[in-house]
Amino acid sequence: MGKLVALTGNYAVAYAAKYAKVDVVAAYPITPQTSIVEKLAELIESGELDAIMIRVESEHSALAATFGAAIAGARAFTATSSQGLLYMHEFVHWVSRARIPAVMAIVTRALAPPWNIWPDHSDYMDQRDAGWIMGFAMDNQEVFDLTLQAFKISEDPRVYLPVMVGLEGFILGHTTMPVELPDQEIVDQWLGPRRQEYVIDGREPLALGNLAWPEDTEEMFMEIQKAMNNAKKVIKEVDEEYGKLFGRKYGGLIQCINCEDAKYFAVSMGAWTGDLIEAINKLREDGYPIGVIRIRFCRPFPYEDIWEKVQNAKGIIVFDRSISYGAWGPLFSDLITGLYHYTNKLPTMSNIVAGIGGVNITYNDFARMLTNFVETIEKGEKPPVFTWYHKR
Amino acid sequence: MMYEIIFYGRGGQGGVTAANILVLAALKQGLYGQGFPFFGAERRGAPVLAFARISDKPILRHGMFYETDILLVLDRKLIDIGVTKRVTVRDNGVVIVNAPHNYKIDLDKLSLEGKAKIYQVDAKKIALEHNLVVAGWPVVNTSMLGAFSKATGIISIDNITNAIREYFGGKIGEANAKAAYQAYNELNLLMEV
Repeated sequence: MGKLVALTGNYAVAYAAKYAKVDVVAAYPITPQTSIVEKLAELIESGELDAIMIRVESEHSALAATFGAAIAGARAFTATSSQGLLYMHEFVHWVSRARIPAVMAIVTRALAPPWNIWPDHSDYMDQRDAGWIMGFAMDNQEVFDLTLQAFKISEDPRVYLPVMVGLEGFILGHTTMPVELPDQEIVDQWLGPRRQEYVIDGREPLALGNLAWPEDTEEMFMEIQKAMNNAKKVIKEVDEEYGKLFGRKYGGLIQCINCEDAKYFAVSMGAWTGDLIEAINKLREDGYPIGVIRIRFCRPFPYEDIWEKVQNAKGIIVFDRSISYGAWGPLFSDLITGLYHYTNKLPTMSNIVAGIGGVNITYNDFARMLTNFVETIEKGEKPPVFTWYHKR
Repeated sequence: MMYEIIFYGRGGQGGVTAANILVLAALKQGLYGQGFPFFGAERRGAPVLAFARISDKPILRHGMFYETDILLVLDRKLIDIGVTKRVTVRDNGVVIVNAPHNYKIDLDKLSLEGKAKIYQVDAKKIALEHNLVVAGWPVVNTSMLGAFSKATGIISIDNITNAIREYFGGKIGEANAKAAYQAYNELNLLMEV
């Protein structure tokens, strides 16, 4: 059915946009995202993708142009990283508040200063209060699948919110891995034509973003919160359908590995979860009953799904690749708040912030942190709530 | 099984392309592969690394590494100036050097953890014979892949040459595939340590 090819994560994004038959791409180059737009330009130039490439002078304009095209009824796509994402931040809010479906890939990279091109989640997590659905992939196959799924989720009438697809720069973006590409006809049937709540194309006067009274404004915000809740169901449905059609499903908002008999859980998001799983596969041979919960979507935050898995946990360790300065890793904060919906007796929980600025965290590092966590609890002691794991 | 492979060359010699072709060849062999460049700034002519992993299971780990099972040196002068010491070749490792037949290797310029087999192939000569020259430089990366197939046996020469043909296409693909095949046949065991 499908075709097995070798693609970088960035090319996997570009091919997913091609399979979604996007009408408009507007983007500005930035390391490590550039090869997505390069590939799309190549596909448009060769006629393999029938779309318009809008060249802009900045990321702010890139998302503005994507937004404009999407409002006018086009399936629109853009991609960026790091400083580029910061520069477009104003429009990140515009798109979600307009409830306009759109997809943007974030090839994650540390935020400057100091200048740094290496992967962490600080640019991506910086956007988490902006009303976008936020997915994150672990390998290039999932990069492709998730990007394609993002169009379906975004254009679902129960959702009508833009979707960000996260993938780490270099360790996915520039790394070649096997990717199975699906049959275009099946994708066409499944994805269907573009859907959105309203279109502004000049035929009917419609104002967007004019002054709204406080109560009206608040109600629009409340609607986004509702749509986020609906999205949980839609994300799972889309994952199920996708699994049936293309043979790969990931588990919806989270993916659970070795969870069935686990007493301890490691929670993480992104490519480095692979290194974490490798560590746990090794530790399981030595009798450590640890399971991995990989967050595939951090907005909406999947606390219900996680609670289902960790109800009887002796300990939960959460790995964050970004930091909310003066507080903790954002996944950790969100998880504690989420679990408090169900219990006021939380299991022992520990937050590790690591891999910031692209510091390479290997399976050996993960194994060290995990054994330390489990053994501390087994001795009847309490591990530190927060640790910044630094290798030098 | 999991093999970690380093291509040590100069910026512009095609180490990254070789790593990517190796992933494609691994897929043809029914294996999993991962190929990537050094993550950072690179310059034409400067010593640069490219990385590949091959496994019979999905590859979970990421990131660069400096311990390798197989080291391919695209320019022998990188050994002569000693930069190859930066990479440790694991016990029972393989080193393949692009060098003339009479090349005398200085073992002090390599970091060998234990036993190793050191091979030589004249990829430059092979490239010139096939008129494989780009921007004034002989194209040695595809020959190194042929040598890799013979030295390690991890991937068959047919899968290597088919991956090369698919990657480049047309006449260029064919010329590179022939170069790889010739390198496969002309590989020499320089020494066993």
